[in-house]
Amino acid sequence: MSGELLLTFAVGLLAATLRVATPLLYATIGEVLTERAGILNLGIEGIMFLGAFVGFAAAAQAVEAGLAGHLWVGLAAAVLAGVLMGLLMAFLTVTLGLNQHVSGLGITLLATALSLYGFRLVFGESSVLPSIEPFGQFSVFGDLPVLGPIFRQYGLTYLAFLVLVPLSWWVLYRSTFGLNIRAVGENPEAADAAGVSVFRVRYAAVILGAALMAVGGAFLSLAQLGAFSPGLIAGRGWVCIALVIFARWDPVRAMWGALLFGGVFALQLRLQTLGLELPFEAFLALPYLVTIGVLALAGRQVEYPGAYLKPYRRE
Amino acid sequence: MGIRVERAPAPLWIRPLLPLLAVLLTFVITAGLVMAVGVNPFTAYYYFIVEPLAGRVSAIEVLVKATPLLLTGAAVTFAFVGGYWNIGAEGQLYAGATAATAVGLLMEGVPSWLAIPAVVLAGFVAGVLWALPPALMKVKLAIDEVVTTLLLNSVALFGVSALLNGPWRNPISQWPQSPEIAASAIFPRLIPRTRLHLGFLLAIAIILVLWFVINRTAFGLRMRAVGLGPRAARFAGIRVERTVLTAALVSGGIAGVAGASQLAGIHYSLIEAISPGYGYTGIIVATLGTLNMVGVALAALFIGLIDTGAQTVSRALGVPVYLGDVIQATLLLVTLSVLLFQFYRIRWGRRAG
Repeated sequence: MSGELLLTFAVGLLAATLRVATPLLYATIGEVLTERAGILNLGIEGIMFLGAFVGFAAAAQAVEAGLAGHLWVGLAAAVLAGVLMGLLMAFLTVTLGLNQHVSGLGITLLATALSLYGFRLVFGESSVLPSIEPFGQFSVFGDLPVLGPIFRQYGLTYLAFLVLVPLSWWVLYRSTFGLNIRAVGENPEAADAAGVSVFRVRYAAVILGAALMAVGGAFLSLAQLGAFSPGLIAGRGWVCIALVIFARWDPVRAMWGALLFGGVFALQLRLQTLGLELPFEAFLALPYLVTIGVLALAGRQVEYPGAYLKPYRRE
Repeated sequence: MGIRVERAPAPLWIRPLLPLLAVLLTFVITAGLVMAVGVNPFTAYYYFIVEPLAGRVSAIEVLVKATPLLLTGAAVTFAFVGGYWNIGAEGQLYAGATAATAVGLLMEGVPSWLAIPAVVLAGFVAGVLWALPPALMKVKLAIDEVVTTLLLNSVALFGVSALLNGPWRNPISQWPQSPEIAASAIFPRLIPRTRLHLGFLLAIAIILVLWFVINRTAFGLRMRAVGLGPRAARFAGIRVERTVLTAALVSGGIAGVAGASQLAGIHYSLIEAISPGYGYTGIIVATLGTLNMVGVALAALFIGLIDTGAQTVSRALGVPVYLGDVIQATLLLVTLSVLLFQFYRIRWGRRAG
């Protein structure tokens, strides 16, 4: 009997782990691509938030207008918002060559403020949080016995694990675009001399990365919750910043990192609902502490992208 | 077609005007958002920057709002000048507020002349300690401080949350709120029937001291040299590691004092929302103040004005209060861009080569 209970617990935990890991995976891979091109985008926290808001607001408007496929409208709008923020970040850090971390934090502050401002404009100050019919969960394997819940997931979760991870790995290591990303991130002077447009590749990487971050945020409002609230992202973007280092700038290791954190998070949530008296904040602080610990232990052996944080100007 | 950034220093007299230009540009850029609510932007900006100064109470409130920003702005500036990118003022502030609470709770029956310095010192020391690991990692292991200081912000917040939901939880209301600190540890009010407290004077004093240190001492000279270029500074015989470490730790300590000041001056008991992001706003203040202490003081007062004005605008015209945050964030990005003109000029046209 208790074995059966444990199995149910484990299955539920695994299913939740995949759900929690999904938004982290989108945003972390977005940040990996960005940093591989030599740009640290600390706008991640704000861009996820903006993606969540714009996706939700557009979907809600589509419902009101009686449009079919409101969630796809929302997702497209979130991607667009991410692209715009990526464009701004690229303009500041690539064209103008400004300080990347201050620019990125500025983007986070701006995107967060714009979302909250927009939320008040669109939805007013109603005490009831507006909601929409979210994406549904399904299983590509039909209804399996026992293990079924693990595979009952959102389409965006399937997309993240089965398409995004292998695809981003392939792009980064097997495509010309990925080669160019790594080249401009390691040694922009050499890439430039070899005829690669450092500006264009960095723009593309930052914009693509920001779009993925926005999708990660939109997953929360359009799939997991079907609602938007000011505390929606709650530091998930910073978790991704930690995961990128933990994953040493690799999409596949980013997946393991996201799963690990997703697992820890899902576990603490479950233990909390069981009414255990534990300092759950310790679990939540874990990804940050582990990353700092990894950095401290690996020390000088951590291989940052060569041109990390360095603007490139032809002079 | 494209934009090209070329090295070309601007004449000195232009430099102090650049932040003003940034403020103007920001108001132009954000005007669209004001009009989206059907409000004339000029009316809105009147309520933003003139109306709060018209009344005695609201003008003093500007100083109240500026107090934590003076401190975090000074903290961030001190580190940035020394070439240490402390993004962790927010976490250091929380560490300071936590230690100030712990000490403040113990001050029952202790006279104010002892209790208040103890609370401030606790805040400073906790800020230093919170800033220590990333600073050591930077100096000893050459690990970039941007990410480590940033990540510790979240850790600090979780730590405070754990305390407030654990040992410090209010036993009666079950609210995540610590008990109130001893009355003798509470900062005195500078003006009766307003919220202006000792922390404001403390902030001004700290800014004056830091100005002196940066501009009039040998250490300040070394610090600025390291900030401009660690390699050249090392070549000139400066002990770069020690200088960076000092700048980082003093910065953390002052951010910690900001936490102590908000606690003992405004809230009296620790809550999770003790900072709505003062550590990050400190980066806006430092940037707008062009990394000099006089500029930081003016910038903190200006952002304090925007914070107060956002509430005035919201009350008077129904513009969502978050407009203030949008303006501040836009101001940061615009200032950062405009300050480029200090050392560069921008050329339009086809890229050469």
